[in-house]
Amino acid sequence: MATIEPNLLERENISVASVLAGTAMRWISAVQDYTLLSARSVTNLLQPPYYVSDVLEQMDLIGVGSLPIVLLTGFFIGAVMVLQTAAQFERFGQTALTADVVSLALVRELGPTITGLLVAGRNSSGIASELGSMVVTEQVDAMRAMGTDPGRKLVTPRVVATVLMLPLLTAMADLVGLIGGYIVSHFTLRLGAVSFWTRALNALEFSDLMQGLTKPLVFGFIVATVGCYQGLTVRGGTQGVGRATTQAVVAASVFILVSNFFLTKVMLYLAGHVF
Amino acid sequence: MATDGASEPVIRFEDVHLGFDEGDVLSGLSFSVVHGETKVLIGESGSGKTLTLKLAAGLLRADSGTVRVLGNDLGSMTEPELLEFRRHIGFVFQEGALFDSLRVEENVAYRLREDRVGEDEIEFRVREALRFVEMEDAIGKLPDELSGGMRRRVSIARALVSRPPIVLYDSPTAGLDPVTAQTIITLIMRLRDTQGVTSLLATHRLQDAFGLAQYTFDRESGRVSPAPQAGNGARSSAPATNFVVLRAGKAYFEGSPEAIVGSRDAYLHRYLV
Repeated sequence: MATIEPNLLERENISVASVLAGTAMRWISAVQDYTLLSARSVTNLLQPPYYVSDVLEQMDLIGVGSLPIVLLTGFFIGAVMVLQTAAQFERFGQTALTADVVSLALVRELGPTITGLLVAGRNSSGIASELGSMVVTEQVDAMRAMGTDPGRKLVTPRVVATVLMLPLLTAMADLVGLIGGYIVSHFTLRLGAVSFWTRALNALEFSDLMQGLTKPLVFGFIVATVGCYQGLTVRGGTQGVGRATTQAVVAASVFILVSNFFLTKVMLYLAGHVF
Repeated sequence: MATDGASEPVIRFEDVHLGFDEGDVLSGLSFSVVHGETKVLIGESGSGKTLTLKLAAGLLRADSGTVRVLGNDLGSMTEPELLEFRRHIGFVFQEGALFDSLRVEENVAYRLREDRVGEDEIEFRVREALRFVEMEDAIGKLPDELSGGMRRRVSIARALVSRPPIVLYDSPTAGLDPVTAQTIITLIMRLRDTQGVTSLLATHRLQDAFGLAQYTFDRESGRVSPAPQAGNGARSSAPATNFVVLRAGKAYFEGSPEAIVGSRDAYLHRYLV
């Protein structure tokens, strides 16, 4: 009697080497697929059809939707920075320097990174779960069956929206962080408004702004492409969607932190030699 | 639409192999579907019926062998070419696969909007398709407000709205109660008998397969009645409905319902009984 899947019960001898080789192959394949997806998300912009209304919808969901949490977090980051640094500067009688430090830290580093991580947590997971659910209910296949390219319809709008929105969110986080820092420094250090804001703004140079607003472009690309990749490669029904959602957040966060290091190195080099 | 029984197959599978990590699911599948014919793919769960349909729509690529649809060799086409080709195919997915964040109207109009058809014509054609599946009243609803059978009907309307020459059905009655399943089969019968579409239908429910083969939809009376018997001259006007039985990755049997019933093969008998 013929079995339905004759090869299912056959197993070859499993060795450590073959398991490692299998894992390595899967990793390489994943990197290749992710790279292709990311590259296509950009090249799709060179030719129609364009889904402008989808881009606008995603900008609303990703940008406006993330605003409350970004503002709240930004405020408290700025506030806590002042609390932590104020005690040190008081020792030297240089409390006014608090404003410089908070401003530089927020604009160069904390603003972009924390906003990137927040948006990764909120939107990378959201994108992965939305697209993953579409995959397991065959909606993505239905889209392809009707002649629509899911890359153009689903991926590119999310990538464009996140890349456009993240620098704006970061700028707002920076501003609200400075406001939070000012409020705390006013009450704990008795720092005057004029003193705080003048120092905060004078401490910034063009290269700091370049750093602080270029990083979000890269982070936005990472958040959207990782979310889309995890969502579109879901296997295994609802459990798979849950897994993809978690993996999207973890992968996007790790990529952001690693790329942040290299971007900072590059930006500091450029700051020294170009700007 | 010409129904002269042209011999050039509309769909042709030649020695198609398709496998995954666990091994080959299709290992040398060969069959064909001629213009106006309805081919019913029968097989046990896991025998590769859904994969066969997805291969016919170009949603999957075969590992080896040829899949020809409407004269196109799908294996050698790029994804943009396949996207263009799929405009000639209607695909009804197993659970309907409606876009759950879009209303019924937007679901059915989806392809027309992608093709930038005018809004007036879209409304006309959407209503026409929904009327055919008797779901016009649900035009403004979301999919999760509909029952399983209703969603299935809307997905048929969505597949039909662009008037494709070929329709692929993946287990259209799976998970439905007998009455609703009969409604869907009647709908498919109507489509076959009034529009002359070529179809490939995958199912594991024999009653649906034989129902399609042995009954026709009468345009004038608007009712289902037994199909004319073979050999009485009216045959040429009754669209042919034949079977392909999938087993062990191959076409175990391909032929008419009479041949399958009259066969002495032990497997077919056990399967039919």
